[in-house]
Order: sequence, then C-alpha cells, then structure tokens
Amino acid sequence: MSLTIPYHIFPLGDSAMTVDFGSRISPELNSAVMKLYHELQLTPLPGMVEAVPAYSSLSVHYDLLYCSRHRPAEQTVFEWMGELLDKRLRKLDYEEIIPSREVVVPVCYDISLAPDLEMLARERNLSVEEVIHLHQAAPYRVYLLGFLPGFTYLGETDERIAMPRKMQPSPVVAGSVGIAGRQTGIYSLSSPGGWNIIGRTPLKLFDKDREPLTLLKPGDIIKFVSISKDEFEDH
Amino acid sequence: MNLRIIKSGVLDTVQDQGRYGWQHIGINASGAMDRFSAELANALVGNDSAQPVLEMHFPAASLFFEQPSLIAICGANFSAVLNGEPVPCYQPILVNKYSILQFERLNQGARAYLAIEGGMNIGKWLNSYSTHLKAGAGGHAGRPLSTDDEIRLNSSVDWQSYLERNEFRVLPWRASDFWEKEPVDEIYILPGREFSGLTELSQLSLTGKTFTLTPQSDRMGYRLLGDPLEMQNREEMISTAVTFGTIQLLPNGQLTILMADHQTTGGYPRIAHVISAHHSRLAQLSPAEKLRFRITDYSMAEVLYRRQQQHLHQIRYACQLKLEWFIHAGH
Repeated sequence: MSLTIPYHIFPLGDSAMTVDFGSRISPELNSAVMKLYHELQLTPLPGMVEAVPAYSSLSVHYDLLYCSRHRPAEQTVFEWMGELLDKRLRKLDYEEIIPSREVVVPVCYDISLAPDLEMLARERNLSVEEVIHLHQAAPYRVYLLGFLPGFTYLGETDERIAMPRKMQPSPVVAGSVGIAGRQTGIYSLSSPGGWNIIGRTPLKLFDKDREPLTLLKPGDIIKFVSISKDEFEDH
Repeated sequence: MNLRIIKSGVLDTVQDQGRYGWQHIGINASGAMDRFSAELANALVGNDSAQPVLEMHFPAASLFFEQPSLIAICGANFSAVLNGEPVPCYQPILVNKYSILQFERLNQGARAYLAIEGGMNIGKWLNSYSTHLKAGAGGHAGRPLSTDDEIRLNSSVDWQSYLERNEFRVLPWRASDFWEKEPVDEIYILPGREFSGLTELSQLSLTGKTFTLTPQSDRMGYRLLGDPLEMQNREEMISTAVTFGTIQLLPNGQLTILMADHQTTGGYPRIAHVISAHHSRLAQLSPAEKLRFRITDYSMAEVLYRRQQQHLHQIRYACQLKLEWFIHAGH
C-alpha cells in the first residue's frame, strides 16, 4: 500500500496556489515537496510559470490570462488549477527515493568571523568549543533556498545550540553561517540579517556567472567541517 | 549610437516583464513595478512587450540621445521636457539626435517608464533584461544607471527623415491615460491563507480603515501605517512562498505589501493578496499617500485582469498599424 501524506491546496492570490503538507520542518514532508517539484519540472501544469518549493509546501505560479482562456467555463482558474494539481498529487509516488548528494562545507569558527558565537555560547551555558562541536556533530538537510539568491536553509540543529533571531538585523557578510531557532543557514550574499553568526565558509554559494548558479540544492545533505583561519584565507 | 545618462536619478533601472523560473533558488522575478505602464510604453512605439524599458523614480535621470529615436513615457507624470519644452506622456514622440530629455516635477504617480523603439542593446541574464539589484546582475551592469552610463540603442528605422526639421515631433496617437479612470487609492484584495486568523475587529479594520505608505516603501515592499491589526492566536510560521502583492502582518501589527523585488519566501501571516489587475495602481503610490482595501472575489480578479490585458492587446495592435502607416506615408 502506498504511503500518503495529507495535504491541502489553497490560492496564493489570483495567479498562484500553494499545496501545504503540514506546517512543520520534517525530512519526510520536505522530500514529498521535492518529489512534487521534480514531477512538475518534468511535466508542468498548463499555464504554469514556475513551481517554488519551501520547507513543507510548494507554490505553483501561473499565467492568469492563459489559464483564464483555457479553463472550463464552470470553474474559476483556481478551481481548475487546484484540481489539476490534486490529480498529480494523487499519482505521486511518495516511496520513490530521490538520491541525495552529500556535500562537505568547510567553516571557520574563528571569533573574528563569528560575531555572535561568544554571545550564543554564554546564553546557552556552553563553551565556544562545545557550540562548535555541536554545530558540526550531525549532518543537515538542505530544506530550501530562499530569502536571497542561494541563501541556504538547513535543519535541524541540536536543541542545545538553538537560539532565536536577533531583535535587530545587522549587516552580514557573504558566506556567514548562522543559527535561527533550530535552523542553521548560510548567507549566500552580503545582506542585512537577523541570524546569529557563528562562523563563515570560504565557499561561494551563489555566483551569477556560474553554472549551476548555486552550490547547494534542496535535498542535499551537508556536513560542516571546521577549518582554521589560515585555511580559510588560503581557500 | 547611444543613449547617454548625463545626470543620474535617484533610482533608474532597466526592467522588463520579470524573470521567471528561478524562485526555487531564491532569485525573485524583479521586473517593472508597474508592468502595465511598461507594456503600454512599449506598445506606443511598436515594440513587443518583452523589450526592456527604463523604470525611473523622481528625481529622474537626464538623458541625452545621440541618435534620432522614437520614444514614449508612461506611468507616472514627471513633467518631461525635451530641450526645455514640455512633452506629453502616453504619446509617441520623435526626438532628434543631440536632444536632452529631463524630468522637472513630480505631478502624479511614483514610477515612469521610458520605451525606445527598437529596444536597447543589453544582454539578458537568466532570460530577462530586468535588473536584479541584490544579485548585481541583469539590466545595465546589474545596477541602477549612473552619470556617464551609455546604453546602445537598436533602432533600424532612420527617424531623421520623419522629423521634418523639428527638434521633436509628437505623433498623433495616444493611449488612454490610466489616471483618468477610477479612484487609484482603492486596492482590490483577495483574502489570504491567514485572513481568518485575524480577530473579527481586525478583519473589519482591514477594509474599513485607510492605510498610509511609510517612507520604508520601495521596490522590495511597502510598509503601511494604520490601526494595528491582531491575530487571534500568535503562531510561529515556517517560511513559505509569497508573491508580488502578498500583504503580510508584521509582529508589530502593521502591514507590509510585497512588491517586485520581494523575497521569495516569508514567514509572516499572509492576510491578503492584491489582485494582479491592481498591481499597476499600487506601483504608482508614493510614501505618505493613503490607500483603502476592498475585498473582491476570484471571478472579479480574473475579469479585471483580462480586461486590462485586452486593452493592452488592442493598443499594441492599433499602434503597430499606425506606426506602419506613418513610416510608409512618411508624414
């Protein structure tokens, strides 16, 4: 018997809709999202402009004019598109395994590159070394890319190093590795941000002139490895 | 031959109808804030809708034409002058070489669009001409235009012979002015996923009260100021998709509307979404201006959008015919 995950579909304005598999961070839900995403990439819905995967939801953007001309007379565009998406979801093979890549990401946890590391350690009653150790202890899943081109959302960290976002966003340098709640993430570009910065990777997560544009993609499994300041600078 | 920026404006960028297909890696669509006016400007000079235009904010750039060109300005009215003489919006204008186009006053609207017949010789990034400011890519060198920038023009028509020794010539066809129709401060919305989570009073406030655009309103989004709204329960949401026109409720009870350069994902309650047909209206609002929301339904949103697109289609077709006739008849 096929495994099924309950979902619901709702409109996101007049030109998009979202299918939500349950508002929580879980590898199972995220992998269902990615399966649907790949299915829609292979065979897009009529009038589909693009599909955007998130943690546990996927949104389909569509061309309102095209859909309005092609929908059955008795349905609204959303009713028609929602029905087509629902049919796809019913046929989706949740058990099919999408192979995931394992990627090692070097991180320098030197205090000079980690403006919030000592504060986080103090707040969580840990030593700086313990924070670094816990951050590297487990592999993480890339759940989504969003916010900035190539910004990488990873989960989930050990409960002991979880830390809410800072109250005031401050400037963050590209490559910075941060913690927000039990999420950890990598800033692909320099930007204001509210995550607690505990290190920096020398890898270029986003490059507008590179193919592919981003180093990481949803579904990848990341392992952080500590490097020294010298290694960071030589990279 | 080039279009030269002789004095830069506050924020002038090359835009088109948007860059789609890359939101899954965090690259939002960008594109013209007021896609309708951008398309209209292109239609008036006989360009197809995919051509890049200049999106200008006030104070706007001063531009120098090194070759005779056919141009149109749509959207906001910034009192355009050619070599010091006023020229109209929403009408194609033939300009002679060595002409200077300037913008003197902000009369109405927030964003003006300049289209030039034949388009601009600009490379695409990810299949779009739009400037992506965060990524520093697309448009002209991935950034706003600055003094001494030059953009190569693509026209294949020799406009010189049609000028009849005039410095400029306003051609005798005109698109209907967007401002003449309806109250532009009334924005139609569709309830969002978290709308029903608002308290009953807040649901009423959303449509009953007016909201003011704060100075923190730009291409990324508009911050509004109004009676604070409240959710019945404050629940932490995880990041999920948002779109152009999504109205989010911030933790301080104020609303923000996501615009062309919005982030691809958001974690705030999605109270409502502005209908596509009213994005243009929204894009022409400036800080300190007020707006009111009115809830509509999906059928109406669809009808209004179709009407807008049909209007554009008719104008594009009519302008092409007029332009062909003008080029052949000569005068």
